[in-house]
Amino acid sequence: MTRQDIRDALIEALSAIAPEGDYAALRGDRPLRDQLDIDSFDFLNVVIRLHDKLGVDIPEAEYQKLATLDSAIDYLASRLGVS
Amino acid sequence: MHEFRMPSLGADMEAGTLVEWNMKPGQTVKRGDVVAVVETQKGAVDIEIWEDGIVDRLLVEPGAKVPVGEPIALLRGEGEEAAPAQPAAPAAARPAVEPALPPGKVTRAAEGPRVKVSPAARRRAAELGVDLSRVEASAADGVVSLADVERAAQQARPPTPGKAAEPDRAAAMRAAIGAAMAKSKREIPHYYLGATIDVTRALSWLEQQNVGRPVAERVLFAAVLMRAAALALADVPELNGHWTDGRLQMAPAVHLGVGIALRGGGLVAPAIHDAEKKNTVKIMRALADLITRARSGGLRSSELSDATITVTNLGEQGVEEVYGVIYPPQVALVGFGKILPRPWVDGGSIVVRQTLRVTLSADHRASVGHRGALYLAALERLLLEPEKLA
Repeated sequence: MTRQDIRDALIEALSAIAPEGDYAALRGDRPLRDQLDIDSFDFLNVVIRLHDKLGVDIPEAEYQKLATLDSAIDYLASRLGVS
Repeated sequence: MHEFRMPSLGADMEAGTLVEWNMKPGQTVKRGDVVAVVETQKGAVDIEIWEDGIVDRLLVEPGAKVPVGEPIALLRGEGEEAAPAQPAAPAAARPAVEPALPPGKVTRAAEGPRVKVSPAARRRAAELGVDLSRVEASAADGVVSLADVERAAQQARPPTPGKAAEPDRAAAMRAAIGAAMAKSKREIPHYYLGATIDVTRALSWLEQQNVGRPVAERVLFAAVLMRAAALALADVPELNGHWTDGRLQMAPAVHLGVGIALRGGGLVAPAIHDAEKKNTVKIMRALADLITRARSGGLRSSELSDATITVTNLGEQGVEEVYGVIYPPQVALVGFGKILPRPWVDGGSIVVRQTLRVTLSADHRASVGHRGALYLAALERLLLEPEKLA
């Protein structure tokens, strides 16, 4: 698994929930919530998909680490032991 | 003989387009069975039948746009004679009924084999003009999926007029919402109350509850708020019901309407049935199911027509409070704003608490401000003792 794989898994999970988002224009350093208009229910579904796909159980207390694409990749890479 | 009529799926619906029948003449149906699918401005809705009986005749063909209240099928009781054979009413006898879809776009004849189709696939098929009876399901369960429909569209590749369908639907939906809200503001004398509630304990209680739960079973705080909103109605039941025929009809159960924003700008407010009897976990499950079906199609007719009060939660978009417009014929609407840390006076000292603005819009014909205030007080009491909301 590489950081690119994690990025792909994230984009896949997000685009399943918010299919109309403009993923080409997605900024890595801005909140996903604002860019993709996802609410807490959508976000929970993204977390469920990531759990199914990557096998990572993300505690609720660490949700804020998934706020942006960059921070989410960093967080998941450290959880998965990917450098 | 009973007439089964096009149901009203809310004050903002004038007509629906029959997509398919799930029943045929001679079949026995039971109250609550899904007997048809109707396309509305809110997407495809599963229509439930309201009484037991035997289907005598179907009066409307798939593809027809039918005004609310128009008979669409005849039912007879057990042992009742079938209606004398007569040709289906000619189109001229049903002047208000018009074919809404061009010929060929009609998905399937009433008596064809039952094809199972996911709601998202059904909607996509309508957009693309795909005949569902010609789509083969690739999955083992035989259910036609979105991918199957898109593959079929690729293969057929008709000159598709489908692109124009979406903006039309969004515009129609906005017009329908506008009409319902104009009626509300014209007829309902709203009064508005607001309170700031300390939700610090409720938040940490939920956090602890969620720690032990697998990801897929975690509960959102919105579900806790809905549970509290439903339970607090026990203290002030005149906020729960309908204003019809010039008087308040209080409802024995709480069917909690939930405002759900649809991607692309729409809004629906389907009901969680018997919300006062559901614990927080069950409310969450019902909410997840409703949101999913609201966004993909497949809401049931009862969910769209029998809400007895509505809650709206705009806090996630950052607003501190929302004073909602009551959805007729309901008599109240509860609004939740954003959870914010605020300075709070506690036992003479100032502390920081997580707080929430809760509002009530209520119909002054059905209740008075004093009672509305008691409702917000009950809601606050429940949120201060979240253990009671388990």
